[in-house]
Amino acid sequence: MSLGDSSTELGKVRGLGSAHEGGDHWISERVTSLALLVLGVWLIASLLILPTLDYATVREWLRSPLGAVPMALFVITSFYHGLEGVKVVVDDYVHEPGNNFALNTLLLFVAVGGAAFALFALGRIAFGGAA
Amino acid sequence: MAEQRARPLSPHLGIWRWGPGMTVSILHRITGGALTVAGLAVLTWWLLSLASGNDAYGDFSAIAGTWVGLVVLIGLAWAFFQHLLSGIRHLVMDTGANFELGPNKTFALLTIIGSVVLTAALWFYILGAVK
Repeated sequence: MSLGDSSTELGKVRGLGSAHEGGDHWISERVTSLALLVLGVWLIASLLILPTLDYATVREWLRSPLGAVPMALFVITSFYHGLEGVKVVVDDYVHEPGNNFALNTLLLFVAVGGAAFALFALGRIAFGGAA
Repeated sequence: MAEQRARPLSPHLGIWRWGPGMTVSILHRITGGALTVAGLAVLTWWLLSLASGNDAYGDFSAIAGTWVGLVVLIGLAWAFFQHLLSGIRHLVMDTGANFELGPNKTFALLTIIGSVVLTAALWFYILGAVK
């Protein structure tokens, strides 16, 4: 290391591997998996704790902060983690660069669109008037 | 022009003896794909029906209660538990642990047993509570 070069060894190699940004994707997939471990167990436990799953009961739960906020986090994190996972499968099996880019872009649009619809629905429940 | 001969490829799925580790690895991908496609579709549809009013939610509940709906929901619950448990196994192996042949095989088998037991417990509870 020459005098005056204060960058860390990690900083020098970051982005230079054959996967380029693959390391960040790998870490992100695991961080979102930990978030979903908590949020997924929360979702199942919450549905089990509700006295019934009828319209009024479920809406009242999703109108409360402790229902709406974790559900919003669950929607965002699950669509993001799902997209990351499916990208790994696409990259493994679709080698032709044009097809790979097209399919990954299509999946990105579907994931963002799906998450937007789910969040719109949740917002309408949480912020709308009593039904 | 010389006749094109098939080039030798690196060994892939066909040559490996089927074992718990390989099964769980493949199950992790299949369940991840199923949760992303079917799971997020059901989640979004459920939230949209809740946002759309009592009739739309009634339609969702009625379809969810048919045997096809129950098969999908029970399947999603199993996929969730399998992906969760094999995901935890991946996180453990990411730390460099559990690569010894015996314990690795045991952990792989435990994720399969665990996902079936958790799915059965959840749905016996739900269907028992409905009656």
